[in-house]
Amino acid sequence: MTDRLLHMYRQMLAIRLFEERVNDLYTRALMPGLAHLYIGEEAVAAGVCEALRRDDYITSTHRGHGHCLAKGALPDLMFAELLGKKAGYCKGKGGSMHIADPDTGNLGANAIVGGSAALAAGAAFSSKYLKLDRVVACFFGEGALGQGVLYESMNLAQLWTLPIIYVCENNQYNEYTHFSETTAGEIAARPAAFGLAVASVDGQDVRAVYDTTAPLVERARKGDGPAFLLCDTYRFRGHHVGDISRDYYRAKHEEQRWTSERDPLAILSAHLVEQQAADRAALDRMAAELTAQMDAAMQWAIDAPYPSPDEVTEDVYA
Amino acid sequence: MVSLSNHELTAVAGVRELTFGEAVKEAIAEEMRRDDRVVLFGEDVAEAGTAFKVLAGLVQEFGPQRIIDTPISEAGFTGLGVGAAMTGMRPIVDIMFGDFLTLVMDQLANQAAKIHYMSGGKWKVPLVVRATLGATRRSAAQHSQSLHAWPSHIPGLKVVVPSTPYDAKGLMKTAIRDDNPVVLFEDKMQYKLKGPVPSEEYTIPLGVADVKREGRDITLVATSSMVQVALGAATLLEEIGVSAEVVDPRTTWPLDEQTIVESVKKTSRAIVMDEGYGRYGVAAELAAVIAQGAFYNLDAPVTRMGAMHVPIPFSPPLEDATLPTERAVFETARKLCGR
Repeated sequence: MTDRLLHMYRQMLAIRLFEERVNDLYTRALMPGLAHLYIGEEAVAAGVCEALRRDDYITSTHRGHGHCLAKGALPDLMFAELLGKKAGYCKGKGGSMHIADPDTGNLGANAIVGGSAALAAGAAFSSKYLKLDRVVACFFGEGALGQGVLYESMNLAQLWTLPIIYVCENNQYNEYTHFSETTAGEIAARPAAFGLAVASVDGQDVRAVYDTTAPLVERARKGDGPAFLLCDTYRFRGHHVGDISRDYYRAKHEEQRWTSERDPLAILSAHLVEQQAADRAALDRMAAELTAQMDAAMQWAIDAPYPSPDEVTEDVYA
Repeated sequence: MVSLSNHELTAVAGVRELTFGEAVKEAIAEEMRRDDRVVLFGEDVAEAGTAFKVLAGLVQEFGPQRIIDTPISEAGFTGLGVGAAMTGMRPIVDIMFGDFLTLVMDQLANQAAKIHYMSGGKWKVPLVVRATLGATRRSAAQHSQSLHAWPSHIPGLKVVVPSTPYDAKGLMKTAIRDDNPVVLFEDKMQYKLKGPVPSEEYTIPLGVADVKREGRDITLVATSSMVQVALGAATLLEEIGVSAEVVDPRTTWPLDEQTIVESVKKTSRAIVMDEGYGRYGVAAELAAVIAQGAFYNLDAPVTRMGAMHVPIPFSPPLEDATLPTERAVFETARKLCGR
């Protein structure tokens, strides 16, 4: 169990360090476009993906770097994609919001809110039909709760007993609007109405996320059908890297409370130290090692070449 | 494998008369026998055999695991088809009325069409979406449109618009084997149209037009339902000594520009006919191809004929007024030819 906890700590830290560098690339004007940072929500991706096999599938979102990394994506190829470089996961054609990687079962990050809900059910259908024994984790934010296709997907998944876990990351904000202003009733009551297994968990506590996800995954893998995992979490940063003046939609003291009291890395490190599973020095060494790796990965991507303009017409059709 | 144009078919042994609907069903059945990964999703596709009864009997042969009734949930089951296609299946999604494509446009235009490109070629989406087009069924504005211009506008999709049983079968088989998302539109008014179909297996490549009738004086470029109208008009024109060539692109994307342009270079006049709305549609694209490719050979302006720019009305005299008729095409062609 200690190995698992240390692995999840490492995954969360890798995501945190990756995202800090993404922000840095933006502020140094080295990254084209924008990116949506996952900082603060790391425990959800790390905890859920810890319960998956490498050949299980995920679908991700516009805020997807954490999901991709937790599922096994390599930081250098991620950085390269974010910078629009040929060596990136998608040859520079997708960018931050569309990282896809068949090798790690990543069906792709999706920039339409709720856009991957039905695709994920399709992958679950394949798994069942082809007897692949794979489970799909469909990540989406609470903003997707307003999209009809999510409910069409859950209805189909329950009717056809598909192996899929709908992972709702409630980071409290639909872009610049608190979810309470957009979401009627109780979130958990919605999947429950379709008959899905429903669980709610503290999305800042990676141990709880893993412990809750693992039985749902095994249940789905056994053929007992889909589940809905509601994770209560918080977006520590803005909607995207450029969203730095947030006073008009949320208070500074609210952000400070989450960052100082509910940081998933701090929560797990405190537990590890308290249980004597790791000491501070060991965790610091891990941080130093990962920092060096991330810096090297970022620099490699910065130095990598752009695609040639004549590649623009490649990959339109298979 | 045989590969013949439609008008050569009648001379071939082993050719039967099938309806358009029977040809579609035969194509799907053959591909399902050939490849276990082919499954079909849609509303009332199993025991009901679709609202048009086109697929009647398939569920008896292939079972409900492969001919799959869905909820009335077009976006959901189309998106499910996209995800299944990415992960090893070759699904066919049945959209009962083409008008309902409005409900699946995100799955089609933002998901299916872009996944291969956005992933740098890593994921493929071998999906077929069957839909219908065509007015005059007295079904009013939400069950009568011909919206094939919409997917034709989106890079990453292929769009098939067969006009005969022979084409429908051969193109459907190719669409199912294609590694890209293909939207195939069937004219619901032509399901009973009969035509020759070989019993021997054949496929028709996407992107190859078919000259349905050869002529010298004017080219009628016609798609789907408009091919029969064009052939009827050509018969009328023959009576006044005008020789009309009828070119059927068969797919709006990929588009066989060469065959169209060569025909117009030969005849020097062109009418483009398509049942979609005339403005901003397939007819506009075909007219642009001719204008760019054959401008210096033209003896008359390229004329487009399509559905009138109104919602399709219910009342028969109103609905009938929205579509090009053989007589209207005849009159237009006669004027363009100076007769």
